[in-house]
Amino acid sequence: MPVPTLTALEWEALRLSLWVSFWAVAVSLPFGIFCAWLLARRRFPGRTLVDGLIHLPLVLPPVVVGYALLVLFGRRGVLGLLLHDLFGITFAFTWKGAALASAVMSFPLMVRAIRLSLENVDRGIEAAAATLGAGPIRVFFTITLPLALPGVLAGVILAFARSLSEFGATITFVSNIPGETRTLPLALYALTQVPGGEAAAFRLCLISVAIAFVTLIVSEMLARRIDLRLKG
Amino acid sequence: MIEVSIAKRQGDFDLSVAFAGEDGLVTALFGPSGSGKTSVISMVAGLSRPDRGLIRVGERVLFDSSAGIDLAPPQRRIGYVFQEGRLFPHYTVRGNLSYGMTLIPAADRFVRFDEVVEVLGLERLLDRRPARLSGGEKQRVAIGRALLTSPTVLLMDEPLASLDSARKDELLPFIALLPSRFRVPILYVSHAIDEVLRLADRLVLMDQGRSIASGPVEAVMAGPAFSKSSNGRDVVTVLVARVFGHDAEGGVSVLSFAGGQIKVPRLPAPVGRHLRVRIDAGDVILSLERPSGLSVQNVFPGRVLSLRQTGGLVDVGLDVGCALTAQISARAAVDLGLAVGMSLFALVKSAAISRSDIAEHEPGA
Repeated sequence: MPVPTLTALEWEALRLSLWVSFWAVAVSLPFGIFCAWLLARRRFPGRTLVDGLIHLPLVLPPVVVGYALLVLFGRRGVLGLLLHDLFGITFAFTWKGAALASAVMSFPLMVRAIRLSLENVDRGIEAAAATLGAGPIRVFFTITLPLALPGVLAGVILAFARSLSEFGATITFVSNIPGETRTLPLALYALTQVPGGEAAAFRLCLISVAIAFVTLIVSEMLARRIDLRLKG
Repeated sequence: MIEVSIAKRQGDFDLSVAFAGEDGLVTALFGPSGSGKTSVISMVAGLSRPDRGLIRVGERVLFDSSAGIDLAPPQRRIGYVFQEGRLFPHYTVRGNLSYGMTLIPAADRFVRFDEVVEVLGLERLLDRRPARLSGGEKQRVAIGRALLTSPTVLLMDEPLASLDSARKDELLPFIALLPSRFRVPILYVSHAIDEVLRLADRLVLMDQGRSIASGPVEAVMAGPAFSKSSNGRDVVTVLVARVFGHDAEGGVSVLSFAGGQIKVPRLPAPVGRHLRVRIDAGDVILSLERPSGLSVQNVFPGRVLSLRQTGGLVDVGLDVGCALTAQISARAAVDLGLAVGMSLFALVKSAAISRSDIAEHEPGA
């Protein structure tokens, strides 16, 4: 029986999906941890507003988010122009734009998971570290963050999965360009739009299911290792 | 030398304490739950902030509201052993022990890692994580971790409270060793009198947010504040004694103290060992004549120094070569015709003194 192989187009969509999701998560993670910490530990004026802004993508139609990104980060957008001039980064109609759209859409999920685990970290243990001579930054990186690691991992996995399935904001913001912004969901959508694409679309479905499974299994393995570390 | 004089208002609770502790000694903060003991040491550690006052350890001022000084906890150089240990679950025992040690300059370290591991018996545990330690082992690690920061004072917040009595007895000797072995003064919070007898040189009595008495353990426990803080239930005398000899057949040990000799149920302590013996004032019987034909083993001739009536009871302060307090009913006091200056005999039944009333305690530096 021949080993099932992927077509060049499928490979391209798969690779692009993983690449976009990877960067979406990697770049948003530090911001996610910071926002989670801010919401979990700080009381400041405007906290509710920040909380609301972070959660907005969860309740808005993805098309609205995509359109907002287009207005802000498009070629003529305020932030788009600024980033282009300062760092030479262009989001419009590039994979970076797809990563940005994925990051924005998955951000609330990431922040929620990390925030929950930060709230569960025993403040007494942090106080113990402080009496042992550790300043606030050292306490955060040696005590708080490691103890919140299960939640950080959960946040990363959720965000990664959400990024893989991102569709609406991406297609609105950076369109559906093969090899640049055509990730798995977009490729699947394109196939369903042409006659006779059902078989190919079904194959993409299977690929999506397979990645989802692998992601879950890897996260389960990591979670177990962290658990083992905490339980000796 | 540690000097604490602080005040803080927490909701309805007014805290106002002042006391001093000496180098190389254990100062116990003793009082019922809710009397503010833990609040005091958490302010000494810098984990909460007094409204006003002064906290000084040696020459270093940690907090002084009038001078605007308030050092952050990491700057205070204080070792804190928490009631629940608070070990870092993601570090091994070795990692926990060295966490604070590595944060201070090598020149400031006077407590050595190997010594702490040896004294606290942690050798076998070094590569384990806290989840795989017993309660007693956890507290030993917590003590070692705090000691290894070479602190100017070691704060211990009921470190034995979460342990059963067997684990407690196992850990007490370790703690008793610390002040002389590592030259660190200890501020020890407890509401268990046997721990105080065993460990403390000085006692600060706390009640409802106030320090109501402080001084040497024997003196504070003999004082009126001590019995008042327990509503007259705990009128006691603490005798400083040494093991004089053992009478194996008679099942008793003979101790010598300022008032002569006292027989107590057989002890495992060797001859010459310093002890503290707590005698409940209610267990002291008074007699106008030297008794005969009684089972009582301990008879001390003495003189009445003071009489104090509280409710239906009279506390009789006696001089039997040292101070001894008896508590009798007001009726009995009248029948005996007690008056200050009177000579009489104090009787103490050996069996009334239980093991938990006797604690080994080497006098501090």
